[in-house]
Amino acid sequence: MIELHSITRSFGDRRVLEDVTFSVAGGRMTGFVGGNGAGKTTTMRIILGVLAQGSGTVTLDGQAITVGDRSRFGYMPEERGLYPKMKVAEQLVYLGKLHGLSAVAAKGEVDDLLERLGLTERANDTLESLSLGNQQRAQIAAALVHRPIALVLDEPFSGLDPMAVDVVLGVLRDYAAQGVPVLFSSHQLDIVERLCDDVTVIGGGRILATGSREALRAEHSGREFEIELTGDAADAGWVRDQVGITLTHLDGGYARFEAESDAAAQAVLARAVAGSTQTLEAPGAVGSAAVTQVLRFGKLTPSLAQIFKEVVQ
Amino acid sequence: MTTQQTSRHAAPVIASHTRQLGAPQAAWLVAEREISTKLRSKAFLISTGVLLLLVLGAVLFSGIASNVGGFDGPTKVAVVAEAAEVGEQLSPDAFEVTEVANRAAAEQAVLGEKVDAAIVTGGEGPIGLTVLGSDSTPIGLVQALSATPQVELLNPTTENPMLAYFIAIAFGIVFMMSAMTFGTTIAQSVVEEKQTRIVEILLATVSARSILAGKILGNSILALGQVVAIAALTSVGMLATGQDLLLGELGTALIWFAILFAFGFVLLASLYAALASLVSRQEDVASAVSPVMWLVMIPYIAIIVFNTNVKVLAIMSYIPFSAPVGMPMRLYLGIAEWWEPIVSLGILFASIAVVWWLGARIYERSILRTGAKVKLKDALTAKE
Repeated sequence: MIELHSITRSFGDRRVLEDVTFSVAGGRMTGFVGGNGAGKTTTMRIILGVLAQGSGTVTLDGQAITVGDRSRFGYMPEERGLYPKMKVAEQLVYLGKLHGLSAVAAKGEVDDLLERLGLTERANDTLESLSLGNQQRAQIAAALVHRPIALVLDEPFSGLDPMAVDVVLGVLRDYAAQGVPVLFSSHQLDIVERLCDDVTVIGGGRILATGSREALRAEHSGREFEIELTGDAADAGWVRDQVGITLTHLDGGYARFEAESDAAAQAVLARAVAGSTQTLEAPGAVGSAAVTQVLRFGKLTPSLAQIFKEVVQ
Repeated sequence: MTTQQTSRHAAPVIASHTRQLGAPQAAWLVAEREISTKLRSKAFLISTGVLLLLVLGAVLFSGIASNVGGFDGPTKVAVVAEAAEVGEQLSPDAFEVTEVANRAAAEQAVLGEKVDAAIVTGGEGPIGLTVLGSDSTPIGLVQALSATPQVELLNPTTENPMLAYFIAIAFGIVFMMSAMTFGTTIAQSVVEEKQTRIVEILLATVSARSILAGKILGNSILALGQVVAIAALTSVGMLATGQDLLLGELGTALIWFAILFAFGFVLLASLYAALASLVSRQEDVASAVSPVMWLVMIPYIAIIVFNTNVKVLAIMSYIPFSAPVGMPMRLYLGIAEWWEPIVSLGILFASIAVVWWLGARIYERSILRTGAKVKLKDALTAKE
């Protein structure tokens, strides 16, 4: 587990990180989200030791992180970079050797990785001759070549088509499954929502929210519920008249509402169920073919995008 | 170490077979890449080939010129019948003798440019001969005819001002070409890594100093290799064309040139790398490294201008940047004591220590600062 404790950092007079504290648990994928200039890249660089922090500590499994530890991390910087005129396999072997692999081990590792990432055929092409998506895969291979003990990836999915996202995701999940902490940032909140186990939101250099995806959702879910009725003439307009209910959205049989209490919400459900039963038992009572049924009822959980907007504001 | 770390971190199930590299190993890996990349560049191989051919050509040319005794072949001399005996004494290598009837015929031959000079009898000198020339004194012929005492050189040398001048230019050109070629290479390599941001990945693995040291090491090895190749080719060429006497005199100078150049280049390379790290785009490299470009060009110009000025040469031979050119020149001219190159090398070592410290400081502080050119002052004073 990587833990950051009260990290601060300034560039000149500008404070870019203020009391940043969060952790990246082993075996879990942690999404790191924040707007442009929020401090994501600086934080990641500090974890990697590429930048020094002003104050605070970074620990790995409870002990201060060392240069030796960091050299075994896998890092993918935001600004993509490999040697444009060097062959793909060759530069990956070079990076493997810099990480301390023997030439033979590096060669084997690179062959495996290229195979898994579907780049074997391009192994002896120069990087600049690859498509952007393939360059991105090579970049990910560069972060993985030395079997890292932790992964820090800045925007690993940007520029990938959905197929490639799945390939890369599979590889990263394998790493997480082996107990490696994986921290990745992304602007694509839907991807983060789909992929990550934990989420940390940063804004203006401060950590705004951090925790497991479910916990965050539960924490940020309000008193809002939704109900959907189905049927030829389904109309949820009656919800408006329920006690303790404020209707926020209505569209035929679909209604979103805020409930003062769970009981008030349950009352809505009860009436809906009763209504549909009634109509089923007594056809023609409400309308000739008016058969309504409860299709859906539940508390609204906010999407990550909503949580993000909420905490950033 | 590996097992220790694995047990320390509970998480990694992955069999770890990496070990942290020491700084020298990391630097050597970087150096290796610099060398192999350069050796595979077609442009580099071609330009090196052309350079070596030029050197070989110059050596062969100088060999042929010195054997023939001049660039125009033997001097054509007309000799009047009365002085035929004199004509026979002239070396047939240097003079082509034609006999003419009388002074008038000789004058005609000279004026008609059929011959370069003529020997006629008469005149006021003790030897009773007059040499006719067209518009200038035919020095070679006059010397050949002069009653000079037998000369026995106890310390034979081919040293002459013209040769010294050419040797000065040769040292200057080889120094400048090699320093610029590999200085530019290191500068571009630094900016390539900065521009493509791969340096961020490298920095996450090895220290900035290891990267810088590796780059300097790799390019210094290449530069030294080129200079040694040139020196070797020169030596072989001289032996093949019978200039072993010149080689004997040049030998020590060549060896010291290689040694001083190798370390002098380390100095220049540190500066090239440090200055290049200030900018983020290849287009800006040339302007960024222009100050050190001057440091490379000044010794070249100075050695050509002052190749006979003993005082200036003495000063040049102790200034770290011009020592690789100045000291060998003095050694060739035989005006340096045996210990002088060693002292000069000592000064060079001290300068390398200072410049390396400064260069590494600049490099470390500017290599991640992309965008506008980093000011030198900021790079030196900024907190890391």
